[in-house]
Amino acid sequence: MQNFLRDAVEFLPILLQGVWLTVVVTIGSLLLSTVLGLLWALMRVSGIRVLTGLSAGLINVIRGIPIIVLLFYLYFVMPDFGVALTALQASILGLGIAYSAYQAENFRAGIEAIDKGQIEAAQTIGMGWWLTMRRVVLPQAIKIVLPPYGNVMIMMLKDSSQASTITVAELALQGKLIASSTFKNTSVFTMVALMYLTMSIPLILLVRHFENKANRK
Amino acid sequence: MIELTNVHKSFGSNEVLKGITASVEKSEVVCIIGPSGSGKSTILRCINGLESYDSGDILVEGAKVDNKAPSIVAIRTQVSMVFQRFNLFPHRTALENVVEGPIYVKKEPSAEALERGRALLAQVGLAEKADAYPGQLSGGQQQRVAIARALAMQPKAILFDEPTSALDPELVGEVLGVMRKLADDGMTMVVVTHEMGFARDVADRVLFIDGGVIVEQGAAKSVLNAPQHARTQDFLHRVLHPL
Repeated sequence: MQNFLRDAVEFLPILLQGVWLTVVVTIGSLLLSTVLGLLWALMRVSGIRVLTGLSAGLINVIRGIPIIVLLFYLYFVMPDFGVALTALQASILGLGIAYSAYQAENFRAGIEAIDKGQIEAAQTIGMGWWLTMRRVVLPQAIKIVLPPYGNVMIMMLKDSSQASTITVAELALQGKLIASSTFKNTSVFTMVALMYLTMSIPLILLVRHFENKANRK
Repeated sequence: MIELTNVHKSFGSNEVLKGITASVEKSEVVCIIGPSGSGKSTILRCINGLESYDSGDILVEGAKVDNKAPSIVAIRTQVSMVFQRFNLFPHRTALENVVEGPIYVKKEPSAEALERGRALLAQVGLAEKADAYPGQLSGGQQQRVAIARALAMQPKAILFDEPTSALDPELVGEVLGVMRKLADDGMTMVVVTHEMGFARDVADRVLFIDGGVIVEQGAAKSVLNAPQHARTQDFLHRVLHPL
């Protein structure tokens, strides 16, 4: 135990650098996946066949490719096509795209759960498609979508560790580097696990808060 | 101001409107009665483009109703609709429901729209409920807010789709009262209803529809008091004497 504490003090600063990158990757890819997911979902419910088909196809392609392969593709293959991304950019882009498929399905479920009468009421006061979405459907869908959205946040925090495979020195990779140079596997990986857990707890509480709010409705 | 000429409409292989020809004059109150599944609501839904129709013509103030054309927005702002299940926006207060169309569709200055919205809520007897959410209102109050929302668009006509069918019996009167006042003020109204008393007292004309065709039409009192057609007689008998 004493050894662990001594190691903890020694390794904490290095690991915290990793935490910073973990946070950057998570937030960046969360924002990107939200925007893209909303876009796919709106295309899917647009009623325009080309957009619906395109969205459904995209979602299936994205879902069918492992995140790690997507990351390799962006980081190692894209330079062949003249698009050189930094490891950080590639990881945010890759995780953002990968998760946009799940976000899209979640958003679509929320949008489709809204009573059709709401849409008709909006139409009869002259609202067009976008105004109906913005003023009537999306504000109501948010309440339905929030609890699963919180779960996606937690999953993305943990999956940000996959950025380590393309050399982003986030928490998992920092831990691995320290462990392989000091052989203090137990101390280091226990710390890494505790730090992920610490970051998850606020998100877990947030999800519970969303769920309670949704249940009270 | 509303003209239907030989309107046909099918849902799949089920033809629900089999050539409806009818017209509604300005300031006229027309009630549409008939058994459920006869196509009454579909007529209303075709008039403001919630449903498309297969053939025939529907004109509102001379403009053809085509729910695929951009002109449908202009038609909808002239012909409002009140639904059986109110369809108020649950995340907005009564007042916000009323001013939603004026502010976001008609782009009225919000101060003006809010002032008019409050006046409309007062008109339907709900001045003190402006800040209540739909979930806090009774069915009758919600339907009166829905009527205020329809009026807020300053429509030339309002379509009512069984406006009292989802209400507890003791709440029907307050909604019919508001509708009667509108009729007295000269609003053009098309009302699908099972309230025969309202049809008799308020409507100028009644259309009896069965099986997608207009079986009988005429002055409200003559159709309801002295129906000519056997199917009308049978329907009215069953509605007025359910036991």
